[in-house]
Amino acid sequence: MFNETVLKEINDIRVKYPDRRSALLPSLYIAQREFGWLSHEAMLCVSKALNLPEAEVRGTASFYAMFKNKPVGRHVIQLCTNISCMVLGAEKLVDFIGNKYGVQPGGISQDGRFSLVIMECIGACGTAPAMLVDTDFYDNLSEQRIEEVLGKYK
Amino acid sequence: MEKFLLKNIENPNSADVDEYVKVGGYRNLSKALYMQPKDILEEVKKAGLRGRGGAGFPTGMKWSFAMADPKFPKYLLCNADEGEPGTFKDRPILEKNPHLLIEGMTISGYTLGSEYGYIYIRGEYPYAKDVLKKAIQQAYEKNYLGDNILGKGKRFHLGVYQGAGAYICGEETALIESIEGRKGQPRNKPPFPVNVGAWNMPTIVNNVETLSNLPYVLEIGGEAYSKIGSKDCPGPKLYSVSGCVEKPGVYELPMGTSLKDIIYKHAGGIRNGKKLKAVIPGGISTPVLPAANIDCAMDFVAMQKAGSMLGSGAVIVLDESVCMVKVTYRALKFFEHESCGKCVPCREGTEWLRKILHRIENGQGREGDIELLTDVTWIMSGKTFCPLGDGAAGVVTGMLKYFRNEFEEHIKNGKCEFVS
Ligand code: SF4
Ligand code: FES
Repeated sequence: MFNETVLKEINDIRVKYPDRRSALLPSLYIAQREFGWLSHEAMLCVSKALNLPEAEVRGTASFYAMFKNKPVGRHVIQLCTNISCMVLGAEKLVDFIGNKYGVQPGGISQDGRFSLVIMECIGACGTAPAMLVDTDFYDNLSEQRIEEVLGKYK
Repeated sequence: MEKFLLKNIENPNSADVDEYVKVGGYRNLSKALYMQPKDILEEVKKAGLRGRGGAGFPTGMKWSFAMADPKFPKYLLCNADEGEPGTFKDRPILEKNPHLLIEGMTISGYTLGSEYGYIYIRGEYPYAKDVLKKAIQQAYEKNYLGDNILGKGKRFHLGVYQGAGAYICGEETALIESIEGRKGQPRNKPPFPVNVGAWNMPTIVNNVETLSNLPYVLEIGGEAYSKIGSKDCPGPKLYSVSGCVEKPGVYELPMGTSLKDIIYKHAGGIRNGKKLKAVIPGGISTPVLPAANIDCAMDFVAMQKAGSMLGSGAVIVLDESVCMVKVTYRALKFFEHESCGKCVPCREGTEWLRKILHRIENGQGREGDIELLTDVTWIMSGKTFCPLGDGAAGVVTGMLKYFRNEFEEHIKNGKCEFVS
């Protein structure tokens, strides 16, 4: 179960909306923060905290790309390969990350350090290619810059 | 043209309330509170302001529908779910000029008789979300938000709602479903959200840029505003330019600036001395234009005449080294991923198109594939529940219209001249 502090956090969100169900997405974010991904247990906690059927919690969570339905590495690299990024070489960067860190799109590196997710546009097309690492933004990517950046994430 | 939407953003502290006030911020909110809501509506109508999210619907008209509905409470939702690939025009407002949006929303709330607003921001903008939250807190402290705004006894409360990575949530009824804690699937219309929207109450959904125009309409007056840019769709416009140009970025220019000028005068022309091949003018769901057709005004009306759409004003520039089959394939991969699955022509059609394009791109195209693509787009066009499916079909149709030879070459030779 969620501890008292988390339950209070969820309750504070609940009262901001006319309907408790609106707290679902924010609560799923909290559960993902607490458990790392939306495991069965994580969803059960959300369903209890908001008094919503578990099937509905699961159905809603699976609709959204940012909710993870399987375990992830310690750091999640979300790299965009949409058109503005693609024409500036994003696909080569996917290969580079794959070779250098041993992680393929949708997978986790052997050491559990990184997950790689191919992202649809993250609104950094003007400084493409771009990625998010956890919640940090990086753009103007090149192989060298990726090495510099990822070095900071242990 | 003097900047308004992006004014002061070179200042490293531009997101701070004091810096915003220093350059005239919140002045128009206090002006608004001395006016009657119906007079503000009149100014918005006179201004000819059209929604900047993509559809271009007249804002004053939308507002008057909501104002005529006596139900209460009413909700004001800001659509900050900027998810169309190529589009990043709202990001500078959200990250660097958040008080402009807050001021615009408070003015709108007062005009519409709404006391609660929410900014629905895409999950991919975690930094902007933090900036907004801080700005909102500052606005509360300074009495620009709350129960007694500027001591005038008016009330407006504002919160931020974080989306979770679903492009379709930029469609207003899907956005409403999402903020209610459901899958973001579009609703049937009518009833329209202005009458039955979030939590079944009258709801106005406006884009970040639209709401941020409100202070400007009041500052210079509807009449003067209507004289900026195009006659049919006046005002300043944010264009986000990306792809193969020298100076990509967000440009604030009068609505109706020519596409050619945006690319060559403002964004510095094509990178590395290459030649322009094509432009996707309004974000990837808008039909492509070949280089020869870019001498046209970028506004809602003129772009339609040119065979495309203004969309969000997201100009994606493609140079001579880009393979159009690959671009089309990548676009369809996106639409397949983002189709909400509610209606068959879109759910099945996007997948089918993506599969055909995938084999053509990989040199396994078959004779008849182009006809098949055409057939599938015909099955989809005008027969999907919301604009996503239509947009996906339109992208393929546009590409086949101008670059059919590249598709043929792929199928015939099993490859193209652009393999890198
Ligand atoms: S057109 Fe696509 S996105 Fe729109 S409702 Fe149908 S399936 Fe969903
Ligand atoms: S296309 Fe990659 S960030 Fe927009």
